[in-house]
Amino acid sequence: MKTKQTYKKRSQFSAVWRRLKKNKLAMLGLVILTAMILIAVCADLLADYDTAVIGQNMAERLQGPSGSHWFGTDQFGRDVLARIIHGSRLSLSLSIIAMTVAVAIGSCIGAVAGYYGGRVDDVLMRLMDILLAIPPMLMSISIVAALGQSMVNLLIALAIAYVPVFARVIRSTILSIKGQEFVEAARACGTGNARIILRHIIPNAIGPIIVEATLTMGAAILIISSLSFMGLGIQPPAPEWGTMLYEGRDVIRNDPYLVIFPGAAIALAVMSLNLLGDGLRDALDPRLKN
Amino acid sequence: MSEALLEIKDLVVEYHTDEDDVHALNGITLSLDKGETLGLVGETGAGKTTTALSIMRLLPKRIGEVKGGEIRFEGQDLLARTEAEMRLIRGESISMIFQDPMTSLNPVIRVGDQILEALKLHRPDMSRAEQAKKVDEMLEMVGIPAARKREYPHQFSGGMKQRVVIAIALALEPRLLIADEPTTALDVTIQAQVLQMMNDLKTKLDTSMLLITHDLGVVSQTCDKVAVMYAGEVVEYGRAEDIFLGSRHHPYTEGLFGSLPGLNASAKRLSPIDGLMPDPTALPEGCRFHPRCPHCTERCRAEAPAQYLRNGHMIRCHRMEEEVR
Repeated sequence: MKTKQTYKKRSQFSAVWRRLKKNKLAMLGLVILTAMILIAVCADLLADYDTAVIGQNMAERLQGPSGSHWFGTDQFGRDVLARIIHGSRLSLSLSIIAMTVAVAIGSCIGAVAGYYGGRVDDVLMRLMDILLAIPPMLMSISIVAALGQSMVNLLIALAIAYVPVFARVIRSTILSIKGQEFVEAARACGTGNARIILRHIIPNAIGPIIVEATLTMGAAILIISSLSFMGLGIQPPAPEWGTMLYEGRDVIRNDPYLVIFPGAAIALAVMSLNLLGDGLRDALDPRLKN
Repeated sequence: MSEALLEIKDLVVEYHTDEDDVHALNGITLSLDKGETLGLVGETGAGKTTTALSIMRLLPKRIGEVKGGEIRFEGQDLLARTEAEMRLIRGESISMIFQDPMTSLNPVIRVGDQILEALKLHRPDMSRAEQAKKVDEMLEMVGIPAARKREYPHQFSGGMKQRVVIAIALALEPRLLIADEPTTALDVTIQAQVLQMMNDLKTKLDTSMLLITHDLGVVSQTCDKVAVMYAGEVVEYGRAEDIFLGSRHHPYTEGLFGSLPGLNASAKRLSPIDGLMPDPTALPEGCRFHPRCPHCTERCRAEAPAQYLRNGHMIRCHRMEEEVR
């Protein structure tokens, strides 16, 4: 008679999740990030864009934090809280898009360079090295300055600045994976190169990709804000955090809350992403398994 | 000779590194008939795995190069195939089992999907349901409950993983199975099980097998023919009876047997072969084995021995000259 056996089932994902849960700081980051995403998604419910965010109300200009305006109002009488809430939409969506584009392009370049090696590797990676030699910040500034100010150009600038970073990370991961026997076994089964890269190698490199993506997103938020602060990114009256910092700079002596709150929002967003990224790196590292 | 499934003739393979050329295979000749098992025996570095990779045309790119000879599979020259044609042959007609089951399964893909992968590649006309049924069948065939197909490789033990690897290799019912030390990484108790199973499946599916091993015990249990390799050459080749029971041997084969602990033997010490494999970048003149050979003569140092063949039993040694004559 066949006895029914029950096997302990534990997927890769749940194992990583279990380890991540143990990391208090990473969970804090995840909670903050989730809250921010929720706020960004529900922004229209929390504050009306036309009246509170860009609608000017000179009668209520430069009022400090109070019961009716928790974070106060700016020079044009706009509610700072409402602007920060709507600003999270811009920062989060732009950084997510920039990060996705950089991951997609960077992974392809890194995977091809790492997998094929030889001359392909040399050419691609030297190109990436040229891009890497310029700091991301400087790179974004020059690209936006050269192409002109627009949201699309900002995205292009960010993507170009971060593609080489991803290409490096992915290439090194793939170099260590492609030498493993299961890749050779796949080849011995008649699997083609493209399928080996997409189905066998990239899924095994997903850990480092996720970690790098999270950390890059934090850095991207910082760059978007910095560019906006310098007047190269999102233009007023759009409620970008960096733009708000720029606008508050003139009245910083009397009304510091105008820069404190947007600044805190930037710091919080970047910090939560970094905490989560660090936590994921630990959770995904098999050497740290319990 | 039309029966031969696989014929290797005078195959020469070199590896090129920055400093040296490594002479991995120096003209080996083998043949394997349908349904037979050929054992490839020899020390580490003798060229066993290189032989297997050459057949699969999977020698490392840019480093490994076939310098000469031919490999015929079912009459067609494998070395003349294009890469695209080879992809159709790999897995479909010839498949390979690698040494270490721990690493030859992809850790992030469910085992069932890994078997399915081979079917998807080579049997695109099969329906999904048929493919899924075949996966279950293959798993049951290697003694794994089909319900476990949804698990990941890390949930299996080493022996179970090797069974999965075998299931993948046999899923397409290849005509030739190359097993590169399939049991080396396994426990002794599991080794016997896996070998037994491979033998049964081989008979059931009418597959020929090229078994690479350095374990003579494994060879005696499974092989019809044996080729003993040394420094990229076949030094002795014959039916298993010739190798295990025959009276004439290459001194290297004698050395291999001398290195085996026997249960019944009364000898207190093993008699290993002195010395090491020669450096494949600078092989010795004359007979490759002469620096380690107890019967070495002046002639061995100067002149490479011919292959002496009697009743299908080949020995590459000068000492056989007068016996054959």
